[in-house]
Amino acid sequence: MSLLTITDLANEVAGKPILKGLSLSINAGEIHAIMGPNGAGKSTLAYTLGGRPGYDVTGGSATLDGRDLLAMAPHERAAAGLFLGFQYPVEIPGVSMVQFLREALNAQRKSRGEEPLSGGAFLKLAREKAALLKLDPDMLKRPVNVGFSGGEKKRAEMVQMGILDPKLAILDETDSGLDIDALKVCGEGINAIMRRPDKAVLLITHYQRLLDYVKPDFVHVLAGGRIVRSGGPELALELEEQGYEALVA
Amino acid sequence: MTALLPTRHEEAWRYADLAALESVWPVVPETIVLAPGEQGTRTLVIEGAAVHDITITLGEGAQFAFHVLNAAKGYGRVALRVTLARGSRFHLGAAQIAGGEQTVEIVTEVIHAEPDAVSRQVVRQVLAGQATGNYLGRVVVDRGAVGTDGEQSIRAMLLDRTATANARPELEIFADDVKCAHGCAIGELDANALFYLASRGIPPISAKALMLQAFLAEAFIGAADEERLTAAALAALETVL
Repeated sequence: MSLLTITDLANEVAGKPILKGLSLSINAGEIHAIMGPNGAGKSTLAYTLGGRPGYDVTGGSATLDGRDLLAMAPHERAAAGLFLGFQYPVEIPGVSMVQFLREALNAQRKSRGEEPLSGGAFLKLAREKAALLKLDPDMLKRPVNVGFSGGEKKRAEMVQMGILDPKLAILDETDSGLDIDALKVCGEGINAIMRRPDKAVLLITHYQRLLDYVKPDFVHVLAGGRIVRSGGPELALELEEQGYEALVA
Repeated sequence: MTALLPTRHEEAWRYADLAALESVWPVVPETIVLAPGEQGTRTLVIEGAAVHDITITLGEGAQFAFHVLNAAKGYGRVALRVTLARGSRFHLGAAQIAGGEQTVEIVTEVIHAEPDAVSRQVVRQVLAGQATGNYLGRVVVDRGAVGTDGEQSIRAMLLDRTATANARPELEIFADDVKCAHGCAIGELDANALFYLASRGIPPISAKALMLQAFLAEAFIGAADEERLTAAALAALETVL
C-alpha cells in the first residue's frame, strides 16, 4: 500500500511559487530517487514535507501512512515516522549527540504511547548503529555535528536514522560531500536500515553514483516544481549520459 | 542616616528598576577579603527579589570564583567591585533568566590595581516577554598594572522581540603591556537548529530548553556546584518558555 501519497502539492517560499502541482506515490518496500537540475525544487520538496517554517503550502495534499502530514507540526511528523536527512546537517554547540538523540527518541516514543528507553538500552542501540556506519562511538559524546567533517556529518545523519527507525526517510543529497569510501558506507547503511518491506526511502540526488549502492525501484525527474518524467533505474543512467536539458525540454 | 535612593543619572543605575529598588532599600553592602594566596568560591542563587552590593578584595596571588544564577522573580541585581593585587585571579560566571516585566542586572567594576592579575567574566542571559537584562561591566587597569589579562564575554538570547538586553562592557586601560578582550552578542535562538531538533521529534519547548541549557552552561563551567546551578537554571528556564 501507499506509504507516502503526494497529490498536486504546491507551495511558496518567500512569496515565490516553487512546487507547482507535484504528485508522487511511494509504496512501502520501495526506494525512489528524485533527480533534477539545480533550482528545480528538490530540497524544497524535502523541507515542505518536513514542515520547515517558511515553506508555505498553497495547495494539494500529502499523507504518510494515511495521516495528513501537512496538518502536523514538524516534531509530530517525525513521531509519525518521517525522517529528514539534511543536505547540511546543523551544528548545535553544547548539546551532545547522545543527549539530543535520546531526547528525540524518547519524545517520539512518548507521543506514540511507548515507554522511554533507559540510558543503558539507548547507549547500546546508539553504539550498534554507529558501528553499522563505521562512526567512532566516541563521536556520539561530542556536541551535535560540531567539528564533524562533511563525511562524518552525513554518516552521523544515517546513525540518527538507524536509532530513530522511521517508516519513511527523505534523504536530501546525502551523497554530497562524501568521498568514495564514505559513499559506500552510507549506501550500505541506508540499505541495512531502510530496505524493509514496511519502510520506504525517497533519495534526492544529483548523481548516479549513490544509486550504484542504493538501487532505486523508481526514478523521477523534478523540474520546474513538477515531476516531469518517471521511470525505472535506467532513467538515472540516461540522465547521467544526456543531462537534464535534453530530457526536460 | 538612610542613604538616598539612586537615580538614573548615575551610570550604574541607568537601567535599574528603581520602583522595585525602593522596597529593598537601603542595601546593606557586603565585603569579602581574601588574604594573599587564599582561595575562595561563592555561589549566589537569586530566586526572589534581591539586591546585592559586594566589594571583593583579593590579596597577592589570591583566587576567587564567583558564580551567580540571577533568576529573580522581581528585581534582581548583583553589583560587584573587585580589586586585584599582584598575580591574583578573579572569575565571574553569571547567568540571568527573566520573563514578564522583570529587570535583572549585573554591574561590575574590576580593578587590576597591580601587575599580572587575571580576570574573567562570563555572562549569559535568557530574556523573555518584556523583561530587561543588563550587564554593565568595567575593567580598569591601573597605571603600572602590566601583565594584566582581562576578559569579558557577554551574550544574551532574546526569546521574544519585546525583551531587552543592555550590555556594556568597558575597558579603562592606563598601563602598557596588557591583554584585555571583550566580546558581546545579543541574538535569538537559531531557527535552523530549532527545525533540526524538531525534525528529529523534539517538541518546540523541549528543543528551546535543550539549546538554552547549553547556552547557559557556559556560565557555570568550573563551578563547584555546577550540577545544582544547572538544575536551578533549567527550572527557571521552564518558567519563561
